Amino acid sequence: MPKDSGIGASSKRREDVRFLTGAGNYTDDINVHGQAYVHFLRSDIAHGRIKSIDTSAAETMPGVVKVFTGKDFEGVGGMPCGWEVTDRHGAPMQEPPHPILAQGKVRHVGDPIAAVVADSLEQARDAAEAIELDIEELPAVLDMKAAAQEGATLVHDDLKNNICYDWHLGEADNDKVNEVFANAAHVTTLDLVNNRLVANPMEPRVAVAEYSRGTDEYTLYTTSQNPHVIRLLMCAFVLGLPEHKVRVVAPDVGGGFGTKIFHYAEEAFCTFAAKACNRAVKWTSSRSEAFISDAHGRDHVSRIELALDADNNFIGLRTDTYANMGAYLSTFSSSVPTWLHGTLMAGNYKTPVIQVNVKAMFTNTVPVDAYRGAGRPEATYQLERVVDKAARELGVDPIALRRQNFITQFPYDTPVALTYDTGNYDGTMDKLEAAADLAGFAARRAQSEANGKLRGLGINCYIEACGIAPSNIVGMLGARAGLYDAATVRVNATGSISVMVGAHSHGQGHETAFPQVVADMIGIDESMVEIVHGDTSKIPFGMGTYGSRSLAVCGSAMVKATEKVIDKAKKIAAHLLEASEADIELKDGQFSVAGTDKSVAWGDVTLTAYVPHNFPLEVEPGLEETAFYDPANFTFPSGAYACEVEVDPETGQVSIEAFTAADDFGNIINPMIVDGQVHGGIGQGIGQALLENCAYDENGQLLSASYMDYAMPRADDVPFYSVDHSSQTPCTHNPLGVKGCGEAGAIGSPPAVINAVLDALNSGGKSIDHIDMPVSPSRVWAAMNG
Amino acid sequence: MTQVSMTVNGQAVSGDVEGRTLLSSFLREHLSLTGTHVGCDTAQCGACVVHVNGEAVKSCNMLALEADGADVGTIEGQAAEDGTLNVIQQAFQDHHGLQCGFCTPGMVMSAAALLKENPRPTEGEVRKYLEGNLCRCTGYHNIVKAIMAASGQDVSNIAAE
Ligand code: FES
Ligand code: FES
Repeated sequence: MPKDSGIGASSKRREDVRFLTGAGNYTDDINVHGQAYVHFLRSDIAHGRIKSIDTSAAETMPGVVKVFTGKDFEGVGGMPCGWEVTDRHGAPMQEPPHPILAQGKVRHVGDPIAAVVADSLEQARDAAEAIELDIEELPAVLDMKAAAQEGATLVHDDLKNNICYDWHLGEADNDKVNEVFANAAHVTTLDLVNNRLVANPMEPRVAVAEYSRGTDEYTLYTTSQNPHVIRLLMCAFVLGLPEHKVRVVAPDVGGGFGTKIFHYAEEAFCTFAAKACNRAVKWTSSRSEAFISDAHGRDHVSRIELALDADNNFIGLRTDTYANMGAYLSTFSSSVPTWLHGTLMAGNYKTPVIQVNVKAMFTNTVPVDAYRGAGRPEATYQLERVVDKAARELGVDPIALRRQNFITQFPYDTPVALTYDTGNYDGTMDKLEAAADLAGFAARRAQSEANGKLRGLGINCYIEACGIAPSNIVGMLGARAGLYDAATVRVNATGSISVMVGAHSHGQGHETAFPQVVADMIGIDESMVEIVHGDTSKIPFGMGTYGSRSLAVCGSAMVKATEKVIDKAKKIAAHLLEASEADIELKDGQFSVAGTDKSVAWGDVTLTAYVPHNFPLEVEPGLEETAFYDPANFTFPSGAYACEVEVDPETGQVSIEAFTAADDFGNIINPMIVDGQVHGGIGQGIGQALLENCAYDENGQLLSASYMDYAMPRADDVPFYSVDHSSQTPCTHNPLGVKGCGEAGAIGSPPAVINAVLDALNSGGKSIDHIDMPVSPSRVWAAMNG
Repeated sequence: MTQVSMTVNGQAVSGDVEGRTLLSSFLREHLSLTGTHVGCDTAQCGACVVHVNGEAVKSCNMLALEADGADVGTIEGQAAEDGTLNVIQQAFQDHHGLQCGFCTPGMVMSAAALLKENPRPTEGEVRKYLEGNLCRCTGYHNIVKAIMAASGQDVSNIAAE
């Protein structure tokens, strides 16, 4: 019987009412009286030396308040990187400055050179056109392998080369790895590209900043997944402002997918300019601007090799990856190809020897950072593609090969630094086989063939590491931040509850799911609990929402704070009931004395807490508790996906005929929301596999710079998905037993799609090992006719 | 500046606009009807869809002056006076047809136009019709399902949720 409220219920989302009636409050909906507008003049060349910037004409244009260039920011810090990676020789990564406005050089198309603040946006734009630039164009550094060569043009003149770091994880001894491969019965090798993507949340980025001379206080409204992180980075590392004088508010956020984690120059600029102009300033990104200023995702070029013994056991794995950082280090860019990627290379398999090598490269392209999955999709794609290729080469069933090599004993220490606490990969695969009716595939293929189409089935497994932590470990690995989270549970006198949380929903439905937990713990109606988030002046210091961490980390803090509240309320109830605290039980919102019919209601206890006339003297009045929670380990969601495609051999057109996901997310709070997260992730993964590609020409011009050229998945490109999350092995180390579900779909789906396309092509009698994403009709046609 | 007058959600409104002012800007900035969203600058995303004389129109792709004298409907006018959601809005909530909510006003307005011309669309017809509406969050599954449900069709058998 599905529950109708509390943990496990598909409660309808309360936030939907405002979103469905046009009453959402997104950052661009905020206007401050008297605000001025910012327009950034951005580089239209990929690489150049700035010889002069003449703003004199622009400054006299109508409506112009002030024109800023890099010079205005010489006294403040640049945009910080939040993770210092140590290379294979123990040296810190090369970390070039990242100014708010370009200084000396422009390094990618879109690099901001100057900013005009004016009374209207049109005036700001017109004035920006009057700025005279003299920029000497330099050769653009684009190809990562060429960029790594000795003597390559430098993106940053002060660095010794274009290599941010050369890093490794796992087995360090090359001889040992070589020996494993030399002794292998079979080695499968695959070269592949994980295509560069643009996250493209439908809401473009916006920043509105105001400053009050009277109080020396700033408020920044911004499209962010983590307002406290933005405040900390901006205050401590960029502008040098006292945090208590700065309020950062992220109101309703229209999607993020990672790209709204990072602290962006435009946020710092607006905050700085609000004081410099003594006037509120607003910047709204156009979509065209988003394509050249939002951090991009993925962009790895890899070679992966899998060694198998004569019984098809995986005995060794080696990968070499070039990872594009773009022109500067975005906030978490350095961690993505390393600790969020190398650590995932064991996947679901007990491969004993793994070596991961990563070179992170500077190029004259937009900075690259976390995008839904962040490193984990790149790892999964390599691994699951090479496993599939091995199965084809060996002529064995790809599911059987996977099952044979699954990790079955938990906890399991991987050779790449993780300890999986729990999982049931065979059980999840069983669910997939049933849900996707794999037994019926042959008949479906025959039907497609009768219609002149090729049909393919692609299987994929994934493991994810979510809720990144614990802080002391990530600190050792180079993180410059903690990765705990916090919640304050404020019980009001009449028993209703406000929960202030560090996590920040940008579509995940926290306002609905979080109250389900608190209400369930106390036994009151969900409507009695509300979530407050997104405003540093209201919430405790928390790290925000990304990496599928909200419920696993912030939800755990919320549970702990609620437990503290309940403990205190029990003391008050014991006093009121004249019983011993140890005998007090809380159920359905009633405190009762065990074994008696004496009870007192939640509301009477909460009222007593605030009107403490009849009250235990040793207890403080009030009922409000805060908890911080630092996880003991990552959580490890896992799953098995199946994709069925049809390929039209005449045109190379691929259509997704069926997509089935079987996930193990541990315990689930709101199944409806979890399903929705998986759907959305699969949609993005199909987008990466079939449609999306961020392409630069040889001069560093972004070719796919609008929705005309960057193919976003549309309703007609995807099918209904089938989602099964009945395989549940609860996380062993957080109080809710939850693992996180936000990124799984985007991690698990691209390899399933590509494996399916290759299965279809090979069923047509061809032998085709690989095809790069996105599998456009022209690529498929070329593969078939090549 | 030119004066423009129109009816928006049943109310007569007017304002002074520049020739280049878009209908989307007029709604958002002059009338503070911020439910109409702007997600692109190439008329591709559909976040800005409103009704103009009963037709679904991308308001970022129409000048305010072109709507002079028109009857305009926006997301703010979809629910009943007392706030009760209309059938499409309710179906979106019931079937989790939205996550971040940014594409949602355009989706609801497009869906209303679709159901007006095709009261019982098939899955394929819904997907085709939504060609001009991008959603990055939902993978479209629950949007298509919600629209079919709003048309009175039984959606309980659509692939496991
Ligand atoms: S804002 Fe009108 S179509 Fe994108
Ligand atoms: S719900 Fe976020 S874009 Fe559709």
